[in-house]
Amino acid sequence: MKGYVKYFSGKLVWFLITLVAAFVLNFVLPRLMPGDPVAIITQRTVQGMASQAGIQKVYQQYAELFGTNKPIHEQFIIYIQNILKGDFGLSFSQYPRPVADILKSSIWWTVALQFPAIILGWLIGNTLGALAAYLKKGFDKVIMPVSIFISNLPAFGMAVVLLVIFGVKLAWFPTSGGYGFDMIPNLSWGFIWSVIVHYQLPFWSIVLIAIGGQAIGMRSMAIYELNADYVKYSRFLGIKDRTTIKYVFRNAMLPQITGLALSIGTMIGGALVAEVIFSYPGLGSTILTAVMGQDYPLISAVTLIIALMVLSATFLIEILYGFIDPRIKAAQTD
Amino acid sequence: MKHTIREIFHSPKFLVGFSIFMFILLVVIFYPLFVTAEPLEIIGKGTFFEPGIYVNVYDGVNSKQYTLNLDDAAEKRIASKLGDQERLDMQEWLLSFGIPEEEIDIYDTEKLIELWENNYDRSIRFPGMTSARQKYFGRLNTSLAGLLSTEGIVLAAENQETGELESTGIIEQTNYLNVGQVANVRVLPLGTDNFGRDMLTELVSATGTSLKIGFIAGSIATMIGLTLGLLAGYIGGWVDDIIMFFTNLFTVIPSIVLLILISYSIGQEQRGAVTVAVVIGFTSWVWTTRAVRAQVISLRHRDHVNLSKLSGHSVGHIIVHDILPYIASYVVMAFILQISSGILAEAGLSILGLGPKTTDVPTLGLMMNWAMIYSAHIMGKWWAYFPVIVVIALVSFSMNLMNTGLDQVFNPALRE
Repeated sequence: MKGYVKYFSGKLVWFLITLVAAFVLNFVLPRLMPGDPVAIITQRTVQGMASQAGIQKVYQQYAELFGTNKPIHEQFIIYIQNILKGDFGLSFSQYPRPVADILKSSIWWTVALQFPAIILGWLIGNTLGALAAYLKKGFDKVIMPVSIFISNLPAFGMAVVLLVIFGVKLAWFPTSGGYGFDMIPNLSWGFIWSVIVHYQLPFWSIVLIAIGGQAIGMRSMAIYELNADYVKYSRFLGIKDRTTIKYVFRNAMLPQITGLALSIGTMIGGALVAEVIFSYPGLGSTILTAVMGQDYPLISAVTLIIALMVLSATFLIEILYGFIDPRIKAAQTD
Repeated sequence: MKHTIREIFHSPKFLVGFSIFMFILLVVIFYPLFVTAEPLEIIGKGTFFEPGIYVNVYDGVNSKQYTLNLDDAAEKRIASKLGDQERLDMQEWLLSFGIPEEEIDIYDTEKLIELWENNYDRSIRFPGMTSARQKYFGRLNTSLAGLLSTEGIVLAAENQETGELESTGIIEQTNYLNVGQVANVRVLPLGTDNFGRDMLTELVSATGTSLKIGFIAGSIATMIGLTLGLLAGYIGGWVDDIIMFFTNLFTVIPSIVLLILISYSIGQEQRGAVTVAVVIGFTSWVWTTRAVRAQVISLRHRDHVNLSKLSGHSVGHIIVHDILPYIASYVVMAFILQISSGILAEAGLSILGLGPKTTDVPTLGLMMNWAMIYSAHIMGKWWAYFPVIVVIALVSFSMNLMNTGLDQVFNPALRE
């Protein structure tokens, strides 16, 4: 038990530290840039406005809104307070819609799309990689080059290729959106079916990309383990291959889980871009609209949410890892 | 050193990757010497011209003409306007109009066209027919006009004084011209993009810029990673603690978030290709730092390092002479990977609308961004996006192959 407590509390403290760091970065980075951000935002907002008094008024309003006329530590406190209340301010490009409202309508699309896709891709990739290491010969010769090539394709490239083949040429699946453009979200069968159909292409493009990278990693891990002394020893003892393989793959899995925790940020980043290709109504497309609409509060909120998502996912994987890795349980005897 | 290099070039994986990469690099360097056109010059009026050879019609009419009597010329001429699909469409229209099916023989061209000309009326719109379909039939009808004629086309010029048309020549159906003799011919191997720019010239220039971005980003990331890794690994103690704290922090905070925040804060106007490269470099040093630190720690207490310390060499001397040579191979490999991930990062940023400013230079990501904004993928304009994806994949594939090849040379355990 002692081992667990030590491991989990360590991970929790680290999670909290990174959380604070994410808040600080999100607050500081835009303010570090040269020039007066409020002036820049005002300038963008009032394009085409002639009255100097009007521009001054807009400037005052934004300065008030962001609290930039107060000292920096007070600004930070206001910022944290607002976020804890779930108040991200009002969107510029979809004024007067609150940013929190926009996030609420897009975040679930991203969560429901990316996490199952990454997990499935990880599972399939590891199975294929392990099989390639174990079976060698023909299977390995096919799986490896294909995986290497796929994992070099950027997520958006895979997205475009799938979209053109299955969406445009074969017309099996719709090419864009999260549901039929002529529908209003509701709980009817028609709508659910439309969501499922629209889900396929973005989902599989993320799965395929994840498979490629994971298969390569798992293959080299499994090859390394298959050559370990304990495998040779158990062969001498006459233990069945099937039993040994189980141990081999369990050992090879552990680094792969850590690998997932470390690479989940990159994967989500790539998948966000893939969302843009499919105009999927998730966070990726929200970033694009926010950038196009010069929507500063929206960008800041989306990046914060993505950081929180990645940090929580990493934390969850590490907790899970704690239960799987026998060394952590063994630590209590130290 | 010589031996290592020879061994590297004996690795088939490295060789394949190296050849692909050198090919791309050479094209980027030598293409502009042969094609001097500006990559961002807008030459086409209209969007997405198909790949092909564009022959100036005016020059063609005025160039020397040859007579060739080819049997299948008329047949081909008809087939180009009236394929199987068009014949079926005509049948559909005629059936809706009320012509009995047995009277329509869609493979008898003459009869079909006669039937069509006798019955077609542009203003008729059958129930259930969309207006797009109605317009399509209108266009089909126009393209059929004069299809069966065997007469030539009379050329005419306007008389400057009277304003009347005077015949200047006739183009027979058997007239040919030699493309080599036409003054103005432009080959567009990849057509044009949404702004009417030559795709191939733009793509080559974009590949060059993207490689530059990758190189700058990779150099910065590797320099930072190497410095921090050496400090953390060799000095240890509180320096190590601080550096590792920030390294671990930036490992979990996704770099895409930093990239978006920083790129947006810089603003569209200030964002040149180099700025984007620098930003990418400053957000991707963590992996190199980790790898270098782990290597240095394993080297720190080796005998030759201890000996060097006892001999009274300075820290700088020890790092340069006793540690760097041992980790050089790792650093080179990390550098190669950083270049390819820098190129991918730029492409991802550009698709999100945060790439370099669009008026300056083309990059692979920006080309992708434009193709997506103009829905090239949905309209089937493959030449606007597919070559870009292929180049990105080839660059990163070749880099990874080189990396794997190097890995196998430096770590004999990995060889099969």
